[in-house]
Amino acid sequence: MSVLRPLDKLPGLNTATVLLVGADDALLQQLADSMLKTDCASELRVHLARSLPLPSNVNRPRVDLLVFVINLHSKYSLQSVEKSLHHVDASFFLGKACFLATGAGRENLCSVHRNTVVRLAHTYRSPVLFCDLEVEGSRAAMAQRLARMLQISAGHVPGVSAMSLLSLLRSSESPSLEDL
Amino acid sequence: MDETIAEFIRRTILKIPMSEMMTVLEAWNFLSESQLQTLNLRQRKDSLAQSVVLLCEEKCASLSDAALLDIVCTQVHRHQKIWDVYQMSKGPGEDLDLFDIEQFKSSFKKILQRALRNVTVSFRDAEENAVWIRIAWGTQYTKPNQYKPTYVVYYSHTPYAFTSSSRLKSNIPLLGQNFEIHNPTAPLQERSVGLDINTDSRIIHENAVEKDKVQRITQETFGDYPQPRLEFAQYKLETKFKSDLNGGILADREEPLRCLIKFSSPHLLEALKSLAPAGIADAPLSPLLTCIPSRGMNYFKIRDK
Repeated sequence: MSVLRPLDKLPGLNTATVLLVGADDALLQQLADSMLKTDCASELRVHLARSLPLPSNVNRPRVDLLVFVINLHSKYSLQSVEKSLHHVDASFFLGKACFLATGAGRENLCSVHRNTVVRLAHTYRSPVLFCDLEVEGSRAAMAQRLARMLQISAGHVPGVSAMSLLSLLRSSESPSLEDL
Repeated sequence: MDETIAEFIRRTILKIPMSEMMTVLEAWNFLSESQLQTLNLRQRKDSLAQSVVLLCEEKCASLSDAALLDIVCTQVHRHQKIWDVYQMSKGPGEDLDLFDIEQFKSSFKKILQRALRNVTVSFRDAEENAVWIRIAWGTQYTKPNQYKPTYVVYYSHTPYAFTSSSRLKSNIPLLGQNFEIHNPTAPLQERSVGLDINTDSRIIHENAVEKDKVQRITQETFGDYPQPRLEFAQYKLETKFKSDLNGGILADREEPLRCLIKFSSPHLLEALKSLAPAGIADAPLSPLLTCIPSRGMNYFKIRDK
């Protein structure tokens, strides 16, 4: 079984590639479009996948940032991400992976609890971001945030590495998470 | 105006609830605006029915006008009837003719009238390419019974026809034969379920192969044509509790557990069809859901074998 590894390829010049993994095609496509619209000094590439492992016969650039998109309205979305996590090399979780949960605002449609995703992210020692991908403003803001994280993970921002960003993000977590 | 027609109209009006009276009469489009304005909706229904009959007499309502009123009433109360679904199948090597709705109606009527001398056939077009057909049956020696008609709703761009249950079961094969002669049209263009093709080359879809597979399975299960409009499906479960863990109170229970699951939607079958392409469920879907069109049922009872 093929496992996704972060440093098995050489980087492209000034290129940063993000892989969005999630079952909800339409949301991934919208997020990809928003990310490409952001003003970014690096050249962005967005790969969309429904699940891992990726087909092995394709020549693709190395993945700088891995984003798992979970739609809180769909249990299937969570299960799909959980299955995909088994095909990711552990070194991704040193700052090159994060979880994105969408749809928390419309609680009556949620079939996955927020805390489930928080716990999952905590297990993998990775940050979790919440937004509403169906709302234009929220999506644009999240796209900008992800583009910035992508630049850092690709090493395009001098003085800040993926690991240091991870520890910066972690210190803002509330202490009660340690009890989960 | 014939006394029987007057009586038929009177009885039809009596079946309509007062709250829907104006809607039905306006949809019928037989009485004029000025005539409708003379009606007093605050009087008792019998007197209202009498006034409507008098207005119809002024306009010399015929049997076909009365039959049309009956169709409008049934369309409003379609939920009160139980419908059987028939799916037409094409024989091997048959050409797909272009479908002309007017020609269909006239030959449908002619065929029935040739077979049974006493029969009343009326048509009314409805939304979404649906044709409502009302048939009142008579025998060789008696006039058609207007009070026990059969309704057929035929969606001309699909191979489906719905019939309301008819007491006279012997007439169903005749109806079926009628439809065989008129093959449905070629299936409509496959609607693209999914996103617009993204022209930005910086976005790459990794799982294109899987997406195509899901589309193919969905198309094989549901077909190319628009699905019949269904608003709910109900599953009654009467099964014993099954669990991987040993013991537990529920596992020891002898009687089956009872559970009712109801799916409802403005267009249930289209919603089911879009589940896998939207990434909300795996393809293929559970056969319990996909068998609804092929088995023609939407009430299921599931028991242990």
